[in-house]
Amino acid sequence: MTIEIRSAPHIKAPRNVAMIMRHVVFSLMPVCAFFVYQYGLSALASLLVVTGSCLLTERLFVKTGTQAGDISDFSAVITGLLLALSLPPAFPLWMGAVAGFVAIALGKALTGGIGFNVFNPALVGRAFVQAAFPQAIATYSPSFLPGRFSEFVPSSLAWPLMQPADLMLWLKVKQLDALAAATPLARWKFEGVLAGAEELLTSLSGHMAVGPSPLLILLCGSYLAVRRFLDWRIPAAILGSAGLTAWLLFALSPERFPNPFFMLFSGGLILGAVYMATDMATSPVTPKGMWVYGALIGLLTVIIRYYSGLPEGVMYAILIANAATPLIEKVTQPTPFGKSALAKIGHAKRGASYPLHPGYISREEAHAVTPKKRFLWNKPKRDERHKPGEHR
Amino acid sequence: MKLVSWFRGEAFQRGVHPPSCKLTAHTRIRRLPFPPRVIVPLSQHIGKPPRPIVKVGQEVVRGQPIAKAEDWLSVPHHAPVTGRVEFIGLKPGMRGPWVESIVIRAHPGATQEDLWGEPRDLSGASAQEILQAVWDTGMVGLGGAAFPTHAKLSVPQQAKVHTLVVNGCECEPYLTCDHRVMVEQSDDLIRGIRYAMRATGARRAIVGIEDNKPDACDAVRAAIARAGTLPEGEIHAEMVPTKYPQGSEKMLIMALFGVEIPAGGLPVSLGMVVNNVGTLAALGRLLPVGQGLTERVVTITGPGVARPGDYIVPIGTPLSFILDFAGAFDAQAKEVILGGPMMGQAAASLEVPITKGISGIVVMRAQDMQLDRERKIYPCIKCAQCVESCPMGLNPSMLGMLAAKREYDLMGSRYHLGECFECGCCSYVCPSNIPLVQQFRVAKQILREKAVARKSS
Repeated sequence: MTIEIRSAPHIKAPRNVAMIMRHVVFSLMPVCAFFVYQYGLSALASLLVVTGSCLLTERLFVKTGTQAGDISDFSAVITGLLLALSLPPAFPLWMGAVAGFVAIALGKALTGGIGFNVFNPALVGRAFVQAAFPQAIATYSPSFLPGRFSEFVPSSLAWPLMQPADLMLWLKVKQLDALAAATPLARWKFEGVLAGAEELLTSLSGHMAVGPSPLLILLCGSYLAVRRFLDWRIPAAILGSAGLTAWLLFALSPERFPNPFFMLFSGGLILGAVYMATDMATSPVTPKGMWVYGALIGLLTVIIRYYSGLPEGVMYAILIANAATPLIEKVTQPTPFGKSALAKIGHAKRGASYPLHPGYISREEAHAVTPKKRFLWNKPKRDERHKPGEHR
Repeated sequence: MKLVSWFRGEAFQRGVHPPSCKLTAHTRIRRLPFPPRVIVPLSQHIGKPPRPIVKVGQEVVRGQPIAKAEDWLSVPHHAPVTGRVEFIGLKPGMRGPWVESIVIRAHPGATQEDLWGEPRDLSGASAQEILQAVWDTGMVGLGGAAFPTHAKLSVPQQAKVHTLVVNGCECEPYLTCDHRVMVEQSDDLIRGIRYAMRATGARRAIVGIEDNKPDACDAVRAAIARAGTLPEGEIHAEMVPTKYPQGSEKMLIMALFGVEIPAGGLPVSLGMVVNNVGTLAALGRLLPVGQGLTERVVTITGPGVARPGDYIVPIGTPLSFILDFAGAFDAQAKEVILGGPMMGQAAASLEVPITKGISGIVVMRAQDMQLDRERKIYPCIKCAQCVESCPMGLNPSMLGMLAAKREYDLMGSRYHLGECFECGCCSYVCPSNIPLVQQFRVAKQILREKAVARKSS
């Protein structure tokens, strides 16, 4: 019998990187399926091309030894799927391939691969195409078009390096409601048309030109949160802070600003909050930091949406918060056990004398009173805290 | 004791839930026969090793002192078998390097009864006399840390102790020796608690038992009821929610009372003394008969063992003898762990003996360790699992990154490396297989060496 010598712990929780990534991919599957059901062939092609491009790029950089990790860890699949879901469903495929390449090459490989990326790769890819192809990225095809499974939306199949065909024209030729080709956010922003409650409800289930269904994303995200594959604090903080900021502005002038529910459920806020901001490598690890990070994203999103020239603000909000992550982490380190205010009072030096805890219970009353958990009412009084020369 | 019960729902924050795998929770403690020779290492505890007082060739009787304590943090040893001293010198130790040991060849047919020591009455003894009696037994903490018990029970001049906390948690997977001791030796345990209460002056003792062993709690409560009203004060058994690492005294006090022991402080600064149930049960058995510690209960278990169980093992029995007896060589055993799988050490050799601080021998096969096949180490993906699980509230992710950059001083000064007690929760949960706690051990060792160098220069 040969024995091995290894340092403790000798057992290991069954979770590993590939498993975490795999679960995120699994949880994205219903979202993708509904996305394809909504937009048909174009969406399917977009998902496949963008993800394929991400995987090929990852393979290239891993093969050449530029980045850590390997292709089997599924992280490139997540990047590809999220990128495709955040792009318009009929985005020209060649542009999608470029976006995938940029996402992995600039967003991930440049900084050393999995775990080392500063920015969410999918958002880096999207930011690039937003800057490079502003017109294509603002054009949404309406969902549930008749015949969406038999033919592509013409913009999907644009020749590489060519601009896509005009979607509005195509819609007119097909005699469809061309208005729906603008997202509710863009229509509010540029045309001053606010989505009504009915429209909001239909957009919740993905019945408008909005991309993947927010309700489905919330559902799939909560599965991940329950299984602890993402931290619930981040989406909670984002939605909370975005909702609060939007509600505050709405309360100040209801005629200028849309109501907070519209803010929360339109555009990519839910997708960003659940799947993109929670990207592990680019979000803080400390619980307090997660709250700060989420609150920052929510606030920035609403500010960008209200005051900038862009219809959507989630992407930039998350990228800015990604950049702030190291700083946030630095100032929100957890308090170690035994270093809190109460514990400091009874600070004792190991091996030297043992100054007594001021909340010390005498031997006689010991059996009647038990030291309680720290609450407002049994915090030591101020004068007890500062007895000169006694407890230090 | 309603208050403590009220806190039952309140455990400490964070921690992990490894699979408990208590294979031997319901088998009775059995006795192991004597090996042909026992190896008693002189250094079995924290502190200076004792000095041998026997010569090679000398006949010794089971229970006879064979090594004498040198200073305060050192305890005597007693002969575990009746036989002849064969060798005094270096033998392989459990940590790898060779250690000074006394080898005794057992007489064939020697009895397992202790032949040394005589009954005594400690009912009127003062705290000092009880401490001296504890010291004479050579008792160290049987939970694993092996800190001399008399030193742990002695209360500093200025401090007053009001509570004796008895640690019956046994949060490590696989280990059940404390569990079985509570079930089968609960009267000894109560007697030991009474001695410890007299030694420390505590008026109250609380046995903290994890709620995955309700039968142990019932047994201890029954024993308390049998003991009736005690002159020393009152004893209670309390259940605490199961979680690793509750066996740590800081975590147990947090779970029972909801107070944090100050960083760098000891429980005695809050008026508490913590002792392990195995230690107190052994004290309760040994003190009235005036004998020394010659044997202890060891859990021999793991998926690689054919006949797992809790055994009374003479101190100094070589691992190979025990494993042979328990049938570990039939399976494809891969790793022999001394202690539990979370904090125990891998045995460097099968010729090393059982010492006073070893509570279990866990034999693992390769497939049970749930390690990745190739044990591929990924970069840290900052999943925050380690931060969520660190019971001391540290940031193992950050510490690990600093360790990789060899920024040991920064780890100690800014990120509280000194607070880490190496429970291994961070390494257990890390999905990237980063050996976090292993890195911290190295970093702490380097910091310690640096501090020593600074002091001497």
